[in-house]
Amino acid sequence: MLAVSIRKAFGSATTNAAPFALDVSAEFPAGVTVLFGPSGAGKSTVLDCIAGLQQPDSGSIRLGDQILFDGERRRSLRTAERKIAYVFQTLALFPHLTVEENVAYGLYALSREEQTLQVQRLLTAFRVDELRARKPAQISGGEKQRVALARSLVTQPRALLLDEPLTGLDAGLKSAIMEDLLAWNEANRIPIVYVTHTHEEVLALGERVVGLEAGRVVQTGTPQEVLGMPRTRLLADAAGYENFLEATVVERRHEDGVMRVALRSGPMELEVPLAEAEPGERVGIAIRAGDILVATEEPRGLSARNVLEGRIVLMESRGYLVELEIEAGTQIVAHVTPGAVRSLGLERGKQIWMVIKTHSCHLVKI
Amino acid sequence: MNLEPLVLSFRLAAIVSLLLLAIGLPVAYWLAFAKWRGKFLIEAVVALPLVLPPTVLGFYALVALGPRGLLGRMWESVFGHALAFTFGGLVIASIFYSFPFAVQPLVAAFESLDRRLLDASAVLGAGRARTFLRVIVPLAWPGIVTALVLSFAHTLGEFGVVLMVGGNLPGITRTVSIDIYDRVQALDYSAARAMSFVLLAISFAVLCVVYGVNRRVWRPWPVK
Repeated sequence: MLAVSIRKAFGSATTNAAPFALDVSAEFPAGVTVLFGPSGAGKSTVLDCIAGLQQPDSGSIRLGDQILFDGERRRSLRTAERKIAYVFQTLALFPHLTVEENVAYGLYALSREEQTLQVQRLLTAFRVDELRARKPAQISGGEKQRVALARSLVTQPRALLLDEPLTGLDAGLKSAIMEDLLAWNEANRIPIVYVTHTHEEVLALGERVVGLEAGRVVQTGTPQEVLGMPRTRLLADAAGYENFLEATVVERRHEDGVMRVALRSGPMELEVPLAEAEPGERVGIAIRAGDILVATEEPRGLSARNVLEGRIVLMESRGYLVELEIEAGTQIVAHVTPGAVRSLGLERGKQIWMVIKTHSCHLVKI
Repeated sequence: MNLEPLVLSFRLAAIVSLLLLAIGLPVAYWLAFAKWRGKFLIEAVVALPLVLPPTVLGFYALVALGPRGLLGRMWESVFGHALAFTFGGLVIASIFYSFPFAVQPLVAAFESLDRRLLDASAVLGAGRARTFLRVIVPLAWPGIVTALVLSFAHTLGEFGVVLMVGGNLPGITRTVSIDIYDRVQALDYSAARAMSFVLLAISFAVLCVVYGVNRRVWRPWPVK
């Protein structure tokens, strides 16, 4: 168990940036915990503090029964002694060393034979054995990521920090590397903190998610909980919600488990799941573009409670889906398949009805 | 051609540039990586010999190395003879004179290193010494060569400081630039011409090495 409770202020005295305060308390048990949040939330700073590359102003960091940082006693274990592996966003492979030398770098205390054995084991596990004599400049992006993982894990660390290590890889390569990482994790259960701002990686990897925003933990839960019910606007954006509508609570209906909200942009009302918000309170409603059904005639006899009328103002093809921008007092984005566009005869200017299930509307704090 | 002044100059430059590398590495490391607000003071002191007339530097060196100066007295109490007008005195004065030429290329090389590589080394369990030897030195190698070569070349060509501190003692402090000056004063133009050409050729070769080894560190003009 990795337990972090730290505060760190970044002043504006020396830089032009706005003052920023990190105040994070979170626990990372064995297994993958995703540290999720928009850019600038302080995710990398948290990792740097855990690794000892930056010092918090106060608080404590514990790994198992070992104290890595104790703000009260001003004690801090040196980075080199923390036995925490850290894969940087830039990977930071040593450009002057071969793949094999990179992976062996952290093993200098071991005997030659032991080094060779361990390096071989990790090169094989991450499928980069045949690249051992190459320099980092001579291998591909995906291979670099594998080498960086192998180099970090060969030291048998007590925790692993990953800072968006799969950025810039295509989906297939990403999932292949993730599978190898998860396989390694099965065999060596240690706390793994995986920083990302893409929701696909959250779903693929995470057992738990810690949502970070503006230096604070705003939500913790399973990937489904955090992505399905993001509690803040920025988390909703990061979780891939295309629509964010501002609304005011009109009425709470406890017996039905729902409440009605009025959109601020127009006279329309939506029925959304009951949440802790009083009538008159302002809330945000996050809706996925893919959760919106589109009909060319006014639908009747539906279980879905929300039917909004609108007009298509823009259509844009995006690979396997078509993005519709719909004017309905406010702009709403909906995704449909190219097949649906053909069979419904969707085009710019066409009048349509949008059907949104109550539970596709996610209440978000604003 | 009398080669004695040339040999003396080479010996002086070799000793000084090696000593400067030993002193310059830790100073440059500190300048590149320390976070201290007063750092600019040290940077200014290091760069001082670049703008100071060599005679001024030589004057202070002479006073410091002389029998009443702090360095001179310490030297005399240890070695039993004065420091001014000796080869040892020349070495010490030259170290100050060529200091920025050793330190600045090193600082530039250290500062251009990717900090995350140093972080990666620490995360992998390496202490400062190991990080320095395994990561910083190999990656800053062109800067180290540049520092070595520039301090060598600069010491080789020094004149004012030598004149002030060393005087003109054949085989002890009579370096090649002093020798050339003497020849010209004595109207021995052919000897001065030969010696000048040797120095010119050496300086050119040295700069070829510097720019050949490294395209970035220490150029007098901006790189596109």
